[in-house]
Amino acid sequence: MGQAIAFYTIAACILGFGVLVITAKNTVHSIMFLVVNFLFVAGLYVLLGAQFLAVIQVVVYAGGIVVLYLFVVMLVNLKRPPEAHQDRRRRGRLGVTCSLVVLAELVAIAAYKYVSPAAGLPPALPMGPDNVAQVGMLLYTDYLIPFELASMLLLVAMVGAIVLARRDL
Amino acid sequence: MTPITPVHYMVLSAALFIIGVIGVMTRRNIIVILMSIELMLNAVNINLVAFSNLWQNAAGQVFVIFVICVAAAEAAVGLGIILAFYRNKETVNIDEMTLMRW
Amino acid sequence: MIDLLVIPLIKIVIVLTGVLITVMYMVLLERKVQAWVQVRLGPMRVGPHGVLQPIADVLKLFVKEDITPVRADKVVFTLAPIIVLVPAIIAFAVIPFGDQVSIFGKPVPLHIADLNVGLLYIVAVASIGVYGIILGGWSSNSKYPLLGGLRASAQLISYEVAVTLTFVSVILASGSLSMVDIVTAQKANGVWFAFVQPLALFIYFVGALAETNRSPFDLPEAEQELVAGFHTEYSGMRFALFFLAEYANMIVVSAVATTLFFGGWLRPFPSVAFLHFLDVVPTWIWFVVKTFLVLYLFLWIRATLPRYRYDQLMRLGWKVLIPLAIANIIVTAAVKVALSD
Repeated sequence: MGQAIAFYTIAACILGFGVLVITAKNTVHSIMFLVVNFLFVAGLYVLLGAQFLAVIQVVVYAGGIVVLYLFVVMLVNLKRPPEAHQDRRRRGRLGVTCSLVVLAELVAIAAYKYVSPAAGLPPALPMGPDNVAQVGMLLYTDYLIPFELASMLLLVAMVGAIVLARRDL
Repeated sequence: MTPITPVHYMVLSAALFIIGVIGVMTRRNIIVILMSIELMLNAVNINLVAFSNLWQNAAGQVFVIFVICVAAAEAAVGLGIILAFYRNKETVNIDEMTLMRW
Repeated sequence: MIDLLVIPLIKIVIVLTGVLITVMYMVLLERKVQAWVQVRLGPMRVGPHGVLQPIADVLKLFVKEDITPVRADKVVFTLAPIIVLVPAIIAFAVIPFGDQVSIFGKPVPLHIADLNVGLLYIVAVASIGVYGIILGGWSSNSKYPLLGGLRASAQLISYEVAVTLTFVSVILASGSLSMVDIVTAQKANGVWFAFVQPLALFIYFVGALAETNRSPFDLPEAEQELVAGFHTEYSGMRFALFFLAEYANMIVVSAVATTLFFGGWLRPFPSVAFLHFLDVVPTWIWFVVKTFLVLYLFLWIRATLPRYRYDQLMRLGWKVLIPLAIANIIVTAAVKVALSD
């Protein structure tokens, strides 16, 4: 019961702030709604027993990535809003049509009954109370090579971002 | 009230994903488009964590960490490109980014 | 019911009151210490030796006119100080103030929550506070606040990396992310982590100075260049919230330093047996005393060191502290592996 209330509240907030992100006129307001949205997603992770991910979500997404967006919005000091002189309706119709196609696809997938747990893969490591140790163990054993690759990806992205943002490109 | 099943999480995830898609398709401000992509990535993450919880297997959470890594890389490079573009063209409207179009 | 609701609520009320009173008196202490260093007397008029000065300050801030600039984004302008203050206060939720005590025969742990990701929780909460500063600077719609806000957030993000990396070496040494476990690990080791991780302590402290915008890293509010930085346009109660947040943040970083490096609630030399008589002092008093000593260090440094230049600040963060912190992690991990064999 308590879990249901928590789920519906958080889900409503996630969707509500998600809609606000894409409808807000002011980009800075958009970013603020995005942060709130991410915080509620972190709440959802706590509900699902993934405390470590919840904290990572707040540190990396809300505290890192979105701050970057905020910086860029402040650096690109816009004199006129980019969507002022557009044919809004044409874009809107096209966008909604494409989105409806994706939605139909998702509904088709969801129409199949989801596979029961028995048919799926057996748990590699039974999830205990210590979520952090669990994730860490998997990350440094089974997924060590993807983990190292991810670090390389981040390094490349960092160097790329610095090169791109230099003035004398 | 019915108990919360993974289907609930999947519906939530699908809805959030659709919001992201609508954002990408309808907005012209490239910064908002990148933010909509972040929303879509988050929708995927919700799905992964929900299934990790269903199968009691922490591997799903490991994948979320990788997704977050990719999102960070994407944001850094994407915003770098936006800055470089803005310096040359003074705009962030993707309809005016037609340099490569013929 | 009592365990679930009443006791945590009482604890929250006590901690909140304690923090607010500490903030009020930190302001007085800061003025007094500055004055003593500069061979002045400091506030002397309100009450004996000025001890009632904080009350006068609060009254003044309450009755001052609260101005909102005409061109400001009103909602964001009001929200920004709140976004700064709330993370500073909710960080206290995971800080263990003392060992378990028994009240009316009931064991009560002296912390509000013992999360298994406690240390990361503090990092997460601290990273939200940046928004308040950037948004405060942006929403004022004025050039000095915007520059101050951008400076402040660049500084916070840079130093957050170094500080978080020192946490990693402490986590390696203690083997846990829970704040309570980190303190008990220091008890089991018989030595404070300040002696195990002196480099981490140094980096943490420098990073903490920068993260709380304290001198010598108080560039975001450098008077000579930026008037007052991101809160130039703020006045009255909303300015007071920024002020409150700055001091609350100082208390948080001091309390975290105490917990991670100075043994939290443990008495000095927790493993030396003949100092056993020190155990008559309640554990939370040790915690408070240590936290205040760290806080005093903040004031002392402000009175002693001149301000850095902005490029020097960035160079120190990225080219000195972060590499040092990474090297420290590598050495800690190597030693830990070597000792475990």
